[in-house]
Order: sequence, then structure tokens, then C-alpha cells
Amino acid sequence: MSPRPAKSPIRVLIAKPGLDGHDRGAKVVARALRDAGMEVIYAGLRQTPEEIVRAALEEDVDIIGLSILSGAHMALFPKVLALLRREGAARIPVFAGGIIPDEDARRLRRLGIRAIFGPGATLEEIVRTAQQLARGPS
Amino acid sequence: MNRRPRLPAAAQALVSGDRRALARAITAVEDGDPGADAVLKALFARTGQATVVGLAGPLGVGKSSLVNALVGYLRARGRSVGIVAVDPSSPFTGGSVLGDRIRLERSADDTGVFFRSMASRGSVGGVASATRDVIRLLEAAGFSTVLVETVGSGQVDVAIHEVATTRVVVTAPHLGDEVQTLKAGLFEIADVFCVNKADLPGAEVAEKDLSELAALGTARDGWRPMVVRTSAIAPSGIEELWTAIEAHEAYRTASPDRLAAERRRLAAEIVERVRDRVAADLARSLDGEPSLAQLLDRVVERSLDPRTAAELVLAARARRR
Repeated sequence: MSPRPAKSPIRVLIAKPGLDGHDRGAKVVARALRDAGMEVIYAGLRQTPEEIVRAALEEDVDIIGLSILSGAHMALFPKVLALLRREGAARIPVFAGGIIPDEDARRLRRLGIRAIFGPGATLEEIVRTAQQLARGPS
Repeated sequence: MNRRPRLPAAAQALVSGDRRALARAITAVEDGDPGADAVLKALFARTGQATVVGLAGPLGVGKSSLVNALVGYLRARGRSVGIVAVDPSSPFTGGSVLGDRIRLERSADDTGVFFRSMASRGSVGGVASATRDVIRLLEAAGFSTVLVETVGSGQVDVAIHEVATTRVVVTAPHLGDEVQTLKAGLFEIADVFCVNKADLPGAEVAEKDLSELAALGTARDGWRPMVVRTSAIAPSGIEELWTAIEAHEAYRTASPDRLAAERRRLAAEIVERVRDRVAADLARSLDGEPSLAQLLDRVVERSLDPRTAAELVLAARARRR
């Protein structure tokens, strides 16, 4: 099928891998992306990497956003990236938000997480980055 | 058996179980991508047999949880299930949050389930027609049971449920007295009423109200709606719900009007497609219509009314032809 028409809404999956129950941030981001005209598939809490990748493929999203506050990002994010590669879907950009130490953030970027937002990030910044990642050449 | 003509690659992939091909074809339908037309044309012969259950009801009655319970029930009986969950798009930004997936509790490697969230996007007719096409894609991909979940408020949902073979209207205790059930719209389309959250007090009263409504009403196509009580979290009543759905399916497929109803539906679809094409062509050609610009100035200053202007535009086009 041809590339999606430019006027079609961006489809984005927002998911929380790991076991923490703090989804305020993910919900605020989901709403900001919605207000920017995106179709946000909100997958909710405690998603395994397998569930996240399955949802991303069934929903045919343009971009994936992961939120995590449990500290398990170094275990879970690379797993999501590996599963996407295995499914031939490594082109779907993944961004992340949460409490992620700088050193980990650098390593995750090298592994292929395209953008990482900490507590200081503005919604405007997150929306703009998501738009660029979804539309830009990947 | 006749050999079927060869399918385009995207349709072939979808039929042979390629889930990403299915997901992409659904996106193409939603986007109005012309690529979807070729796939749908090629696959039409493989559709029309699926059980399509529409579930509609107000926000918060537990439709998504009920869908999850139904999926579990059907999977335990070896049936593959496609799910389409429609949520509204913002009329202001076009954005939406599609959250029905949250309730789905399936293991990530169960290929007998395909769940797709859909935003309503533009027009009422648009989403109903897209839903119909997505159901066809799911059926062609091997999902012989399709559940369609929508918020039950108003025209969009009634239009979407035209495409279902059995319509379940979901409600919950204490959503208002029985006068609510007299209002036109959603309650008129039900083949099955489902009082969910039966674990809460008041479920019996709600069931009684609906049973009376069903008994008093005019039977549509000779069918009187059945009423069941469920609890999606217990879960309980799920088997009774599916039994009621199957009873309606059996009634429908045995009905002597079945073919006539199918002819009516497909005739309406053809007319709708012709109309959409003519309307789109017309809108394009009116974009550069010379008489329109001139007349518009007069309409803006109120020296001409829009009705007369429309007649003059049509007359000018007829003269040129």
C-alpha cells in the first residue's frame, strides 16, 4: 500500500511497560497528542513488550510512546526495540518518557529510542517531537 | 468449484494470514486510500457469511469489559474473533483517544484475535461505511466472528449498527427510569438487550423494564428482543448473552426475508457509492465554476439568496453542456 496521505491523522500508541501504576504522565501526554489532532491508542498499564508490539502492529501506528517510572527501562525498552526488529517493523519510531537517568538515556538512544523526555519536558516539546518523528523520514 | 481469480498481492497476503497486511489494509480504508479499493474489490466474494455483533451503549456501562469477556468465551470455544472499537474524533482538532484496548486480556501470541481501534473521523456515513469495509477485511482474513463496539449515542451508532447482523444494546442499572427506554434511537435497534454490571443492585429492575419494553414493542422482522443480565467482571451471564446472540443469528439466517434484506442493504450501498462519487466529482468541478464566484458576491451582500444562486449555477452549467 502507498504511503499514508499527508492529511490523515497520525496514529500513536501510548503504553506503559513495567509494573508501576503511575500513569498520570502517560495520560497527560495522550491528551496533548489528541489535542494536536492525533489518534492516540491508549494501551494502559503493565503492558509486556510483546503486548506493546502486538498492539502497535494491529493498530498500524506511525509512532510508539513508552512511559515508565519503575526503573526497569533498561530491561524493557530494548526488548520492545528487538521485537519490532524481529517483526520487520523497526521503522516505527519509539520515544519514551519517565524517570530515566542521563547515562541510561544515552545508552537507550544508541539502541534506537529516538527521543527521551524527563520530568522537565514541556508538552509542546513532546508534541513537536512526536509529529517530526511520525512524519519525518525514518 | 471455480478457481478464483488471482488476488492482488496485498489482498493475497491478508487472506493468507499476514496480520500486518490486514492492519495496513484497514489503515488504507480509514484514510480513504484508493489502494483499499482494489483490495476490497478482490475480497468481496469471500465476505458476507460472518456473524457481526454490534455492541452499543452509553459511556461507562462496561462495553469494553463485556467485549473482553465475550472474546474469552469465544476463544475457549475455538472461534477466532475480530474486534472493531469505534471512539469519537474531536470535531475541533480531529484528534481522539482510543482506549478500548485497555480491557483486552489476551495473551500476546493468540493469533485468533485481532483488535482494531477506530476513530470516527468525519461524517456519520463515512465511519459507517469504513466500519463495513473493515468488517469485510477481517472476515476475509479468517475472522468469522466480528464484534463492533461503539458508544451508543445518536446517529453515528445507529448508522454503524446497520452493518451488524445482531445488535446488542448494553446498559447498566440506574441509568435512568424507563422513560429513557421510550426515547427513539438506540433502544429501537436492539436485537438483544444486555443489562451489564448485574453484580450491582438495581439490575433486576433494569431487566424488568427492558423486558416490558421488548414485550410491548412492535417486533421488527418478527423478532422480539431478548434481555440478558451479565457481569463482565464476575464474569457471569456471558454464555447466556452469546446464546441470545446465536438465537437471533439462527432466526435471521432462517428468515424467508433474508435474501430480500441483503438485496436492500447492497442496493443501498451501491446507491451510496454512486452518490459519493458523483458528489465528489461535482464538488471538484464546482471549485472552478465561473458563475459561482460572480453570484457569491451578490449573495454576500444579500441581493441574491443562496437557493436562487444554486439554480443559476445549475442553469449556467446546463447551457455549457
